[in-house]
Amino acid sequence: MSQHRLVNPLVRNIRALKRGALVRQAVRIEEEIKQGMKKPYNEVIDVSRDNPHATGMKPMSFSRQVIASCIYPELIDSDKMPLDVRERAKTLLECIGGSVGCYSDTIGIPIMRDSVSDFLTRRDEGVPSASGNIFITHGSDHGFGLLLTMLVRGDRSPLVGVLTPVPSQDFGNALVASGATAVPYYLDGQQGWRLHTEELQRALRSAREVCDPIALYVINPGDPTGHVQSRESMEEIIRFVYEEKLLLFANEDHQDILIGEGCMFISYKKVLAEMGSPFSDAVELASIHSASKGFMGEGGLHGGYLELVNFDPSVQIEFDRLISLLGLPIIGQLALEVMLNPLQPGEPSYEQYQEHIRETLVHNVTRAFEVLDSLPGISCEPINGGASMFPRLHLPHIAIHQAKEEEKLPDFFYCSRLLEQTGLCVCPGSDLGLPEGTYHIRYKAPPTLNTNVFIILLLLFITSPYLQSENRPVSECLNFLKLPYN
Amino acid sequence: MYDYLQSNFSHDSSPPFQGVPKTFSRVVDLCSFDPQREGVPPITFLQQVLAVCFYPELLSDENFALDVRQRARRLIQSCEGSSVGCYTPSSGLVYIQHRIAEFITRRDAGVPTDAHSIFICSGFWRTLTMMTKLLSSSEGEPQNGVLVPLPYPHTLAMVLGLAGIRSVPYRLREDTGWAMDLEELQRAIRTARGCCRPMAIFISNPGNPTGHVQNRKSIEEVIKFAAAEKLFLLVNEVDQHSVHGSGIQWVSYKKVLFDMGPKYWEGVQMASFHSLSNGLMGECGLRAGYMELVNVDKEVMIFAETLLNMDISSPVPGQLALDILLNPPQPSEPSYDLYTQEILTNLATLTENALRAHDFLNSLPGMSCQPAVGGFYVYPRVDLPAEAAGVEADVLYCQELLEEQGVCVGAGSENGNTGGEYHLRLDPSSNTPTRKHALVRLGAFHLRFLDSYSCGPHLETP
Repeated sequence: MSQHRLVNPLVRNIRALKRGALVRQAVRIEEEIKQGMKKPYNEVIDVSRDNPHATGMKPMSFSRQVIASCIYPELIDSDKMPLDVRERAKTLLECIGGSVGCYSDTIGIPIMRDSVSDFLTRRDEGVPSASGNIFITHGSDHGFGLLLTMLVRGDRSPLVGVLTPVPSQDFGNALVASGATAVPYYLDGQQGWRLHTEELQRALRSAREVCDPIALYVINPGDPTGHVQSRESMEEIIRFVYEEKLLLFANEDHQDILIGEGCMFISYKKVLAEMGSPFSDAVELASIHSASKGFMGEGGLHGGYLELVNFDPSVQIEFDRLISLLGLPIIGQLALEVMLNPLQPGEPSYEQYQEHIRETLVHNVTRAFEVLDSLPGISCEPINGGASMFPRLHLPHIAIHQAKEEEKLPDFFYCSRLLEQTGLCVCPGSDLGLPEGTYHIRYKAPPTLNTNVFIILLLLFITSPYLQSENRPVSECLNFLKLPYN
Repeated sequence: MYDYLQSNFSHDSSPPFQGVPKTFSRVVDLCSFDPQREGVPPITFLQQVLAVCFYPELLSDENFALDVRQRARRLIQSCEGSSVGCYTPSSGLVYIQHRIAEFITRRDAGVPTDAHSIFICSGFWRTLTMMTKLLSSSEGEPQNGVLVPLPYPHTLAMVLGLAGIRSVPYRLREDTGWAMDLEELQRAIRTARGCCRPMAIFISNPGNPTGHVQNRKSIEEVIKFAAAEKLFLLVNEVDQHSVHGSGIQWVSYKKVLFDMGPKYWEGVQMASFHSLSNGLMGECGLRAGYMELVNVDKEVMIFAETLLNMDISSPVPGQLALDILLNPPQPSEPSYDLYTQEILTNLATLTENALRAHDFLNSLPGMSCQPAVGGFYVYPRVDLPAEAAGVEADVLYCQELLEEQGVCVGAGSENGNTGGEYHLRLDPSSNTPTRKHALVRLGAFHLRFLDSYSCGPHLETP
């Protein structure tokens, strides 16, 4: 019996991401290394995913100590852990019912939701937040998925459409999987990847011909673009959704990492509130955040939240019901809680914690950007937020031609060769919805790995004739480029 | 009913129905399996290993037994970047997939298992939801159908409904402890063919909420039936560790399939499910389970993986805990004694409470309960007086019980039992005084309920 027919066409339509093929290639290479095959490198360095702990960032000690103590409460009574850890763990353990193994309430433990709304009120300098509008999630992808599930109920014709930025992560796939359709709006790659309202209008007009667009999805700070929206830009967006009666989904997962000099993050909620009537009462906004990115980087723990503003109460009830099937991990909520209620000066673990933030991402991202942008064959828009590097590759014609010969997209071809020859795994821009003709790669800036070393490796791929000949050893190329970096 | 509960109560102990005087101060939930909340202790070995995984500085702490530290070290190494905070591949950590495969092969006395056909997911329901998404049809095609047992697990209807799949019930036989009935299966498939495109059959073994454990012969019958009717087997085996009936042996569908020889082994397709939340660890808050696909095309497995990519993978702590659930300490290891003692104590506690509830309810007039031998559900039939009968009378019964006594039990209609027969669903977990007392209150309510029908006013339907 053919099994193909078993599979729902909706699923069959999900575009196989090139990243999947790269992951398989990476796994194969790792196996080969384990089996002793000789390579110019001895491990795969995967910077294609948001896994800062894999590239040198240390997990936050305080957070880990608190969680470990909640998991094994005997640690609370011992003096292995600093006092502030023990006190925090004790409080949290009581809130979660005494064990991390209990079921959580379906929309999150009440105390956690209160914590989130307190944090939001503080962050937004007094704009009130009600814990009744807060839903705990497994993380931002989950939050976005929940919103989509709520939008797409049953088979609808025409399809529900969501305006989605290009470039963005795994462009459109989550939408296809939920039965909606992604309507691309193109960010301006010449102007730091900003949004233009004219482009939104164009996208909306074209969308209306093929689907029923109901929502606008924005990512701020942008991923992978690193663009941080100005207040004016955000107000324009809010006016746009108000006039066109669209829902606004704001993914603000990277709000903790601000790179650009003088760069400020303001939440959509705050801007909306400060714009006053009629916008602040009418625009339906859903904001997403999590403990997966930023300086926590605890993606594997699954702690995040979603906040709904101005949504109809009946919608929220439906939402409640939809997520009742899922279970939320308790540990993820603990990680979220620690992120939102960081240490205060004066607490024993505070010093170490501060150092951790300062020392890591910001410095390295800035440095990485400077080096990258100065290399021939590579150009980079300024990075103001988030920790993604998104350089544009000016691939030589020979490389593009070779890629086409092998029936591969040029940026995927580049990534595949890069992985094979250097062990470095990055993400091809073609997965992010960008049209043919420009080639990008995306990777997560490693916090403490010697950024210069692998940037040099990247460079080799542009300037050396590496792409035709597979036999040049890496060391030779390193010599070729006597760079004055240490 | 579940919705009613969810919308009115949460796990905190604030009194419901503000302003209305009640005889109780806190609702006791007797139908959700959350043993740790009710005082069934977590397993020390698991707590210790996980704590060390989170805070690897503890690897040098000799207060932790050697096997704890060795296990933690191995698990930490299996994580990307040696951190539990890193994302894993969408179908789970490769090392854990291998460990699960090892467990299955051991459990099934050598039946080969491919680690690539193991998909780790965030709990049984999430995994099943994903599988049903894969199986559901799209607009314009005839609706796909799944044969489901009656009674079925109460969340099954919602999962299938969300995927747009038609459920066609096959009745289990209450008088034989809720066994499967081949004739019923055949009747069901005929019905199904008349209203949809039946693609799969869902089975719970041990049964949920029935507690029935199938013998080998019964499993063989079902497999032959599925083969003949070209149905995909969806087998819920999450309670496999909770078999407590004396002399009862649980055997996996996969093992039986294998033993039936190449004719079936190479033809029948199956997905079997397991989870961390059930059984003796009761680690519901960690959110982990897995699905094993047997005889499924590699192409279809890639679709499954793609879907998982779009979906939520299992949080890392849960994946690590799966390793501990399935590969416990060995007799030669320092933690073995304590671990075994704790597991056996939990098994004894949970079994005792299920049996106590079973015996107590059976002793009430108008209630009869089949013996459960696997899992800890108690699923009594309630003979409601004729005057009380009506649509969803069991739901009304449960609502009254909740409002009057603050005791929450599940209504059998949520498990599909509608029309004429009424059941209740309990999951007694622990034996805290509160819960013991709750059972007593249930009994008292029941007697009053029956009494009010023999000489009292009629039940007012809202």
